[in-house]
Amino acid sequence: MKRLGLILVPYLWLLALFLVPFLIVLKISLSDTELAIPPYTPTLDIAEGWEGIKTWWAGLDLENYTWLASDDLYWKAYLSSLKIAVISTLLTLIVGYPIAYGMSRAPDEWRPTLMMLIILPFWTSFLIRVYSWKAILSNEGLLNQLLIYLGIITDPLVILNTNVAVYIGIVYTYLPFMVLPIYSALERLDESLLEAAEDLGCSRFTAFWLVTMPLSKQGIIAGSFLVFIPAMGEFVIPALLGGSKTLMIGKVLWEEFFSNRDWPVASAVAVVLLLLLIIPIVLFQRNEEKQREAQK
Amino acid sequence: MRRLSWFNTVSLSLGFAFLYLPMIILITYSFNEGKLVTVWSGFSTKWYGELFRNEAFLNAAWVTLKVAVMSSSIATVLGTMAAYVMVRAGRFPGRTLFSGMIYAPLVMPEVITGLSLLLLFIAIGLDRGVLTIVLAHTTFSMCFVSVVVSSRLVTFDQSLEEAALDLGCTGFEAFRLVTLPIIMPAVVSGWLLAFTLSLDDLVIASFTSGPSSTTLPIKIFSAVRLGVSPEINALSTIMIGLVTVGVIGASLTSKRSIAKRQKDEQEAIQ
Repeated sequence: MKRLGLILVPYLWLLALFLVPFLIVLKISLSDTELAIPPYTPTLDIAEGWEGIKTWWAGLDLENYTWLASDDLYWKAYLSSLKIAVISTLLTLIVGYPIAYGMSRAPDEWRPTLMMLIILPFWTSFLIRVYSWKAILSNEGLLNQLLIYLGIITDPLVILNTNVAVYIGIVYTYLPFMVLPIYSALERLDESLLEAAEDLGCSRFTAFWLVTMPLSKQGIIAGSFLVFIPAMGEFVIPALLGGSKTLMIGKVLWEEFFSNRDWPVASAVAVVLLLLLIIPIVLFQRNEEKQREAQK
Repeated sequence: MRRLSWFNTVSLSLGFAFLYLPMIILITYSFNEGKLVTVWSGFSTKWYGELFRNEAFLNAAWVTLKVAVMSSSIATVLGTMAAYVMVRAGRFPGRTLFSGMIYAPLVMPEVITGLSLLLLFIAIGLDRGVLTIVLAHTTFSMCFVSVVVSSRLVTFDQSLEEAALDLGCTGFEAFRLVTLPIIMPAVVSGWLLAFTLSLDDLVIASFTSGPSSTTLPIKIFSAVRLGVSPEINALSTIMIGLVTVGVIGASLTSKRSIAKRQKDEQEAIQ
């Protein structure tokens, strides 16, 4: 009896506040836009009984999805989110790997401090960390001031409100997610393997490429998914650092909902985004399971 | 002792400079006299004064704190229960769905979570305000709590609990007297995680808040969308300061308690 209660409380909470809301999104994505409150039709009227359910069911159609497919704004937004997420994941890997590698080669007594330095930004506000780049990247910002002072450029570079600023923002805020899994893979690496490779005539670089890289593969995969998945649906970074030309699906959904008040289309955008993310999420979970099995 | 090669020294210094310079610049310019945040015009703490006279910010900070305390506390209870179910309850009908619902919110884009909860609140006619933000934050942060707590529960020696039951404890007493003290560090870090997630959240709060319940991130976002403001720099500096003190304090306390436990264990052996 007690066991039942223990299961039911969190179960019912998640059903009511996670699954049901998502079913509502699915349902509204199949409805039509209406200038009313709520701004969609049909609404289910249980009081009318079976007839009510029948007319409700008949009112649902895939119109919003055909609309998404025909208007190229949405296609471009999905593709451009995908492009931005892939490029920034690669950039995060390029920036993050040397940090993780350096940490794993650091003296033992430094490691807790280095770990702390990587985790600390994660606890500080995401919004503030994104915002801090605004003063650096703007036309009269500190980066341009520095470059002009050094005589590298004469006219300020336009970085803020472009995709480049979005890449920088994503790399910056998600860097800990990349560094930590790679570090934990590299930390377990048995150094005698590298010595063996060098004894057998590998240069240090070949030894790195043939031994270290493959053994840290699981960490690279885990880190890449942890950056890619949230970057795909990102809203704050393109809204603060990107320009009017930066198309990302999270931003489109936000505007469709708050500015255009088109709830059915916003819901359809959400459903498609989720479908696109299911593939990387399933792959990520497979990778985690594989890793857990390898550790056993 | 190992020494860092020049390559590793360079990559670590560049990496940490990249991570910390933007925040150091932000903190520095919060003490700038002028309104422009990119031109230094002298030291001043006047923006801190402005900040503490700004009623709207103070109200938003109060709402945010209330929401964070309530949602993280409920999320800790629910998340710990969920973790217990996941690790201990064995098989029950709908288990796959349950674990799916625990893991899905961790990777769900915030815009979707926010949108779906808002549509739910409208469908059931619940007015948006502090309550709806608390419900929304509890739902996604309980999943984080349950992941943190279940990773501790997995390594927990179940025979301790069985011993308590043999000695006449009821199930709940065994949980309260034996299990809970052992998993307490995980429960506390789960609470802290839920608390910071709630403090930090902009997207879900924007969807689920009403006009009378603006949170601090919403306020900051609308202020910085158009440009940089020295008041926000001051506010950010205070927030970064609090987090730094909190995180370093927490890690020192946990280090000390680990050291104490090791000492106790050693004395017990002797």
